[in-house]
Amino acid sequence: MNRREKKALIARSNKLEIWYRLRHNTSAIVGFVLFAIILLACFTAPLYLDYETDIIQIDAANKLQGPSKEHIFGTDEVGRDVLNRILWGGKTSITMGLLALGLAFLVGTILGTIAAYFGGVVDMIIMRLIDVVMAVPILILMITLAGVVPPTNVNLVLIIGVALVPQELRLVRAQVLQLIDKEYIEAVKIQGGSGFRIIVMHILPNAIGPIITTAMIDIASAITTISTLSFMGLGVQPPDPEWGSMLANGKLVIRDAWNISTFPGIALLLTVIALTLIGDGLRDALDPRMRR
Amino acid sequence: MYRYIVQRLIMIIPILILVSIAIFLLLSLSPNDPAVLILGANASDLELDMFRAQHGLDKPLHVQYLNYMLGLLHGDMGESYSTMQDVSYMIKIRIGNTMILCAGACVLITILGVLLGVSMALRQNSIYDNIARVCVLIFSAMPQFWLGMMLILLLAVQWGILPPQGFSTIRHMILPWICTAMGGITVVSRTTRSSMLEVVHQDYIRTARAKGLKEGYIVRKHALKNSLLPIITVLGRYVGASFGGAVVIENVFQINGIGNMMVTGLRQKDIPLVMGCVMISALLIAIVNLLTDIAYAYVDPRIKSQYEGKKKKKKSKAKEVSEA
Repeated sequence: MNRREKKALIARSNKLEIWYRLRHNTSAIVGFVLFAIILLACFTAPLYLDYETDIIQIDAANKLQGPSKEHIFGTDEVGRDVLNRILWGGKTSITMGLLALGLAFLVGTILGTIAAYFGGVVDMIIMRLIDVVMAVPILILMITLAGVVPPTNVNLVLIIGVALVPQELRLVRAQVLQLIDKEYIEAVKIQGGSGFRIIVMHILPNAIGPIITTAMIDIASAITTISTLSFMGLGVQPPDPEWGSMLANGKLVIRDAWNISTFPGIALLLTVIALTLIGDGLRDALDPRMRR
Repeated sequence: MYRYIVQRLIMIIPILILVSIAIFLLLSLSPNDPAVLILGANASDLELDMFRAQHGLDKPLHVQYLNYMLGLLHGDMGESYSTMQDVSYMIKIRIGNTMILCAGACVLITILGVLLGVSMALRQNSIYDNIARVCVLIFSAMPQFWLGMMLILLLAVQWGILPPQGFSTIRHMILPWICTAMGGITVVSRTTRSSMLEVVHQDYIRTARAKGLKEGYIVRKHALKNSLLPIITVLGRYVGASFGGAVVIENVFQINGIGNMMVTGLRQKDIPLVMGCVMISALLIAIVNLLTDIAYAYVDPRIKSQYEGKKKKKKSKAKEVSEA
């Protein structure tokens, strides 16, 4: 019996088992590394870039230049460096995506658990409200919301957070409903555990796996949404850089310069791919039966 | 079954009413004043007041809402603040473009998504499957509007094969269709693949093969039919979502459709116009959801039996009782 086989025989805790499966999933590792590089590049940008001079200062003499040694991704329609703006915009997009999803996750989990745990009238009211929110296509809902409030970054996070609540809520509710009739929950009830204790200590930890998995993919969709709204002129406002609004500017000069409409999109694409790979990897690790 | 359909149709009404209240409140309570946005900052107080009186904006909110809804019951969707035209007329001349865009995209999603998914599942883990999966991953990660821009850049600006904007001929429609459909195609193909894989390894498929049935027949009648339920779920969701995606695609390709009109209306806080567009989209989503549920029943006899008339249910209940 070699060392590896021995190692495999040692009983592993569930968490270790998940980590083990995750580590052996190449695409998940690729996703993690890619996302780490993106995060590192975007969030260290303020260390060596200055907002006033490197990001928003207009340099009309150097406008619409193709990629060169000085400007690796070229310059945009008023001569600003595209790479600098991509890095700075990435910081905004990713932060806002994480915050928006965090909000949706928090509200969705609280309301979803309440709906599933208490059932009856509470469940009916919450689910009918969700039906109303979901009655409008999610993008139209977000565009309408973004159109009526002042376009600040905080409002944008709130809008996307609110619009993502229904899907998180339904997922959490479905997960909790699966667990609520299990024997071990009844055992806790018999021991006199309060409703709060049952939900927080016993139901949520067991329901959290699939929720986290979809959350990773939903962060990606939140980031895409921010860019989409900015592209429509309803999101991050100029002169702040954001991938979507950079692309909107790029579209205006698409006949003269290809770099402005290409590179911010690639940044967005890579971020979404990384998050999708992480999400898929987590799903396989948390639920090996799903794997194929 | 018909009873169920009628019930569902009636249930659409309260949802639409709630949506209309929510959107109306949102639009009315937002801080911008449509009078100032449309007449401009230079308009005198008298002009502003006349504008408000003309459009009933000086009345209390609930009166405004009831007036709007009473009009809606008569098929009158109000008058646009910015163009002074009937909203129903403005929607009527633009809905054609949006519908062609969405319908074409839905056809593409259904045909390409299912075909791709089935072909991937039948060659599981082959080179074809792996390449297709990578492509699906990349294209599903691509935001619609950027895909549109890249296609314009490559096919219209660089090679000049297809026109970059407009929606008048079939050649104009190809790019918008692809962009609206792409997200749906990737998700449907992924769902089809995993749903088919669950089925193709089952015993009855092996039995069908052992009987000597043709492979194509097995795939169509035995495998695909039994894996249709999850596919229909995603299809329904993406057919609905394509209507939302159309708003962005209309912007990218400068298509004169409802989505573009809605965004313009939002900028000017043209309440009747935006209300009209949102209500139309909510109605369409409700219809798509209903069609999805009906499709379930046609695909799965178990679900259909739940909707059957009371007679059969009573019979089966009586049976249960007698058995007990």
